[in-house]
Amino acid sequence: MMLHELTLNELTARLAAGEVSSREAMQACLDRIDAVDGSINAFMSIDRDDALGQADAADERLTKGTTHAEQPLLGVPISLKDIFCVKDQPANCSSKILGNFRSPYDGTVVQKLREAGAVIFGRVNMDEFAMGSSTENSAFGPTGNPWDAERVPGGSSGGCAAAVSAQECFGSIGTDTGGSIRQPAALCGCVGIKPTYGRVSRYGVVAFASSLDQVGPMGKTVRDTATLLGAIAGHDPRDSTSVPADVPDYAAGLEGDIKGVKLGLPKEYLGEGIDPEVRAAFEAAVKQYQSLGAEIEEVSLPHAEYGVATYYILATAEASANLARFDGIRYCDRVEGDDPFALYCNTRGAGFGEEVKRRIILGTYVLSSGYYDAYYIRAQKVRTLIKRDFDRALEKVDALITPTVPYTAFKAGEKTGDPLQMYLSDIYTISCNLAGTCGISVPCGFTNDPKLPVGLQLLGKPFGEQELLKIAHAYEQSTPWHNERAAL
Amino acid sequence: MEYETVIGLETHCQLKTQSKMFCACANEFGADPNTNVCPVCLGMPGVLPVPNERALQLTALTGYLLNCEVPKFAKFDRKNYFYPDVCKDYQITQFDFPSTTTGHVDFEFEGGIERVRITRAHLEEDVGKNNHFDQHSGVDFNRAGVPLLEIVSEPDIRSADMAYEYLNALKDILIYGGVSDCDMEKGMVRCDVNISVRPKGATELGTKVEIKNMNTFSGVRRAINYEVPRQIETLESGGSLVQETRRWDDDAGITETMRSKEHAHDYRYFPEPDLMPLRPSEEWLAEVRTHIVELPLARKQRFVADYGIPEQDAEVFVGNVLLGDFFEKAVDGSKNAKAVANWVINNLQAQLTETETSVDDLKFGPEAIRELVEIIDGGTISSKGGQEVFSELFKNGGSPRAIVDAKGLTQVSDTGELEKWCQDAIEANPGPADDVRNGKENAINFLKGQVMKASRGKANPQLVGETLAKLLKD
Repeated sequence: MMLHELTLNELTARLAAGEVSSREAMQACLDRIDAVDGSINAFMSIDRDDALGQADAADERLTKGTTHAEQPLLGVPISLKDIFCVKDQPANCSSKILGNFRSPYDGTVVQKLREAGAVIFGRVNMDEFAMGSSTENSAFGPTGNPWDAERVPGGSSGGCAAAVSAQECFGSIGTDTGGSIRQPAALCGCVGIKPTYGRVSRYGVVAFASSLDQVGPMGKTVRDTATLLGAIAGHDPRDSTSVPADVPDYAAGLEGDIKGVKLGLPKEYLGEGIDPEVRAAFEAAVKQYQSLGAEIEEVSLPHAEYGVATYYILATAEASANLARFDGIRYCDRVEGDDPFALYCNTRGAGFGEEVKRRIILGTYVLSSGYYDAYYIRAQKVRTLIKRDFDRALEKVDALITPTVPYTAFKAGEKTGDPLQMYLSDIYTISCNLAGTCGISVPCGFTNDPKLPVGLQLLGKPFGEQELLKIAHAYEQSTPWHNERAAL
Repeated sequence: MEYETVIGLETHCQLKTQSKMFCACANEFGADPNTNVCPVCLGMPGVLPVPNERALQLTALTGYLLNCEVPKFAKFDRKNYFYPDVCKDYQITQFDFPSTTTGHVDFEFEGGIERVRITRAHLEEDVGKNNHFDQHSGVDFNRAGVPLLEIVSEPDIRSADMAYEYLNALKDILIYGGVSDCDMEKGMVRCDVNISVRPKGATELGTKVEIKNMNTFSGVRRAINYEVPRQIETLESGGSLVQETRRWDDDAGITETMRSKEHAHDYRYFPEPDLMPLRPSEEWLAEVRTHIVELPLARKQRFVADYGIPEQDAEVFVGNVLLGDFFEKAVDGSKNAKAVANWVINNLQAQLTETETSVDDLKFGPEAIRELVEIIDGGTISSKGGQEVFSELFKNGGSPRAIVDAKGLTQVSDTGELEKWCQDAIEANPGPADDVRNGKENAINFLKGQVMKASRGKANPQLVGETLAKLLKD
């Protein structure tokens, strides 16, 4: 087996045993990237010397006896979505507007990864400012799906999912505002978890929609994402919305049967518009759960159908303010003007892509005097109803079970002309962010021709990541899907 | 036609905190440009605000000092507008659920007490400062993120002078409470004025004009004194006023149009998603309430009523809290508050000023002043002797009675001894003595002085006068 093919936890076992070095693992990733990333384009930038330097430092600690119990990610090469602030490194958010910006500080997740011993390397592609579902909205070119480079990897964390599935790294950290971790995980055939809002600090993550954004890991297996989540989760005094709740040892709590676990099947989620092969894979997954002893119960999320509309009001409203700071005054590629207003227009006009502009305009509109009550306030009320739906459903069951995406990876360019069609690709994932709870996507099969991965989504109780991961892990270990790798 | 002026004020005050509102940078005036800055107050990508606990406390305290309600629920909102000195291009402020609401300020004006109602005092972050040079402009973000309290009054003010007095009263209250230093020179207080005129007796408000850019209270007064006649003249000449924002030009002494209602900003307020709503607990509020201080006006009124001292003296004790507190201890149990006040103001304050020391440095306690007044009133020493006692007291401490004993300052009231001194004085100065006998009563003062001199100040002056008069009549 080639080194890059190992899972994260297989790698740490070998690092601990002294069978491989972190430098070898890092080099294997770089070699793999050289070999396959030409067609995938997951990586936008890699500081190779810095990466190998970090790996050497990790090897030194390993030699001196530091264990993975102390530093769970010691020596493990991890890639980051281009949205995280790493000191002296670019954070472009796949946008032109930030130009040569270098972050003056490390965000909390980056600090925690460093504390856990990870080798943080490479910035992976995304939809500009995390706005999109296909990673086509990148100023640095689209990313291809490892299963078919003509197809999209999903988005906005498409670079993370593609890099993991193409085995270019041992894990990747993304963000999920309306499905941006789970949807690309499903389309690329890897695992991605969106933790409960407040579980992982947002300090140092360029904000898209502050009340919906959440950081989460993507990996080859449930166990890998559990290990990563354990490293990055926890209260952060620099993020007032992070929650001071204990972080369990997620990876240690994965084992055990799931007999008697109750899974809720939202009846609203299996209507029209779902691809028959996706439906078949999903139904097979439900059966598999039954055979593992889980009880399936139909539940109702009556306001689910308003999720996408609600999301596109609240997320764009927040984004219109969050993205205002990219104005060319303190940073960003400035395009001069005769007065400040002209400078703003020129800078932002030249720097932002079309989808970002569309959402800023939409968000500005819904907050405008005279429209605020009809849009923003109304959407907040619907959000409360959606949250209530989830609370009620999750009182009766341990988790909800749904497809992650109604279809599989689509061809590049197929939906770019129709933003609404693109928005609907998050139809199953979006409510989870509005409700603020946690969700995971795991591989649950493939379509026949072409062979493309299908994702299964499980939605858990707030701060119920441990139970969610355990339920996902039981399924994963009883099925072959997580062992399948894209032929590259 | 007679017109009535209606004025409401929005007063911005920087809070007296060590650090800024949402980051750990120093809240400090006068540092080199962009030295008190960090990723948070520069609005770098990815940063998040964390509220300053001290600023929240001072805001609630201000609420109590301004007789406001301090609601159990408040929140922060984003006020969106693009301007180079606004680092995020939105300002974190409080829109529909401010930290304090509905209070009032009472203050003295034209011989009576006026009340201006307070709509709200809400917390927000200050913005940076734009500096314009010959060829370019720069922004200094040192001020960006400094906690700022916006105190909004109801339109209860009727004149420029009343506005001026209200602002001074407000400033005194904030300084008294330790909430703000209110240093105008350092831009710690800034005002916007909302002003309209209407025919006297009308109930509807006239067209409102907002005036910005006044950075002194006298500027506010001048701006109102310019704006009111302008509005009245416009109406009198058959014109109409437009709702607009005007800028005060302090040099020219005029207001001029900045933007009309049509060009007013739409700030697109919405709840700040990076901050949790504020839900102050009863314990937290109780702690804040322990810092409530007596307000200046209440203190003045109490001093006048309780001690029977003149208003001017009371004002001294309002202006100098330490001295006033010292006075209150000194006067406790005294029968002559006025004299105690005189000693504290005329002697103690003067000495403290001269030696550049404070009440805390004194070598004696407040009871010494009470004792001093007692022994003067009891005739043990003269008030001149009192001066000597006080000097010693101030220099070396001790008790007035002990000083009197040690220095032999006890006043001589013994008739025999007094008569001898008086007889000597009359004999030594026959001229003035004859003058008195011939009806020039004032000449007796010279003789009195001679007696005091001979007794080295110890003779009881009242008895000296009486004795001289008796001897000269005989």
